[in-house]
Amino acid sequence: MDIIERETKARTVDCKSAEKESSVQIRVLFFARARDLTGLTDMLLEVSYGSTTQDCLNKLISRFPNLEEIRECMVLALNEEYTNESVIVEEKDELAIIPPISGG
Amino acid sequence: MNEEEKTLVEILEESNPIDLTKYITYVSAPQAGAIATFSGTTRDTFEGKTVVELRYESYVPMAIRCMKSICLSARSSWNLHSIAVAHRLGTVPVGETSVFIAVSAVHRADALDACKFLIDELKASVPIWKKEVYSNGEIWKENSEFIERRLELGKKDGICSGREAQVKAHDTRTCCRAKVKVDDGEGIADTSTSK
Repeated sequence: MDIIERETKARTVDCKSAEKESSVQIRVLFFARARDLTGLTDMLLEVSYGSTTQDCLNKLISRFPNLEEIRECMVLALNEEYTNESVIVEEKDELAIIPPISGG
Repeated sequence: MNEEEKTLVEILEESNPIDLTKYITYVSAPQAGAIATFSGTTRDTFEGKTVVELRYESYVPMAIRCMKSICLSARSSWNLHSIAVAHRLGTVPVGETSVFIAVSAVHRADALDACKFLIDELKASVPIWKKEVYSNGEIWKENSEFIERRLELGKKDGICSGREAQVKAHDTRTCCRAKVKVDDGEGIADTSTSK
């Protein structure tokens, strides 16, 4: 009886952690033209566990089709550093859409 | 880095004009024989259209990190004393300074070359945006340096610019430099063996 109870408990815990890990929430920042196109400065985005920055961008473009306009000329930054499209995002990461810059 | 060597990177919020003297004073030092500066000012026309005003915005924490990384890169390529970089945000009236760079070094070649490198890299990779407002519309500008660099960004770890500073041009030395070399140990050794 004890053993069964423990097994059930273990399974419940497994289930919970799997549920928790099945998605991650990141913050997305929009600057300049990207902000004009989405109408937002930032938002929270939930993506499935193991998603890459590319997956996040695809999800954003499906939500904001206007972003397609800058897709070929923008870059991504993850946690304040330029990143490539194959990096896997983690909980609470900050992903920034960087349209062509024009400082100076 | 020597304790006396300093790096200052500032992103200035709205309506804060750049105090050029402050940054020149910051990099000044008795041992620095040269201070090179670059001042970028806003123009009144673009392709014949009259610019009413310019508005800058930035991803500030990343811009500061990125600029500091570029400064480190410059220090690894040139012998520099101090560096100061300031960029203005918000509305910048036509004719005013939007970006200012001051570099001090013992010798002018290091200061001048590093100063050019710093502004070129800033334009290629520091996340700052400029919107030009005309009487009949507005447009987000795009630096050609960024467009050329775009595919390299994010490929290398820890280097914001995605490019190392170009090897200094010091290898092509003039006769004056060769004469100076006679004074150091190597030069003296060469002289003695040639006898």
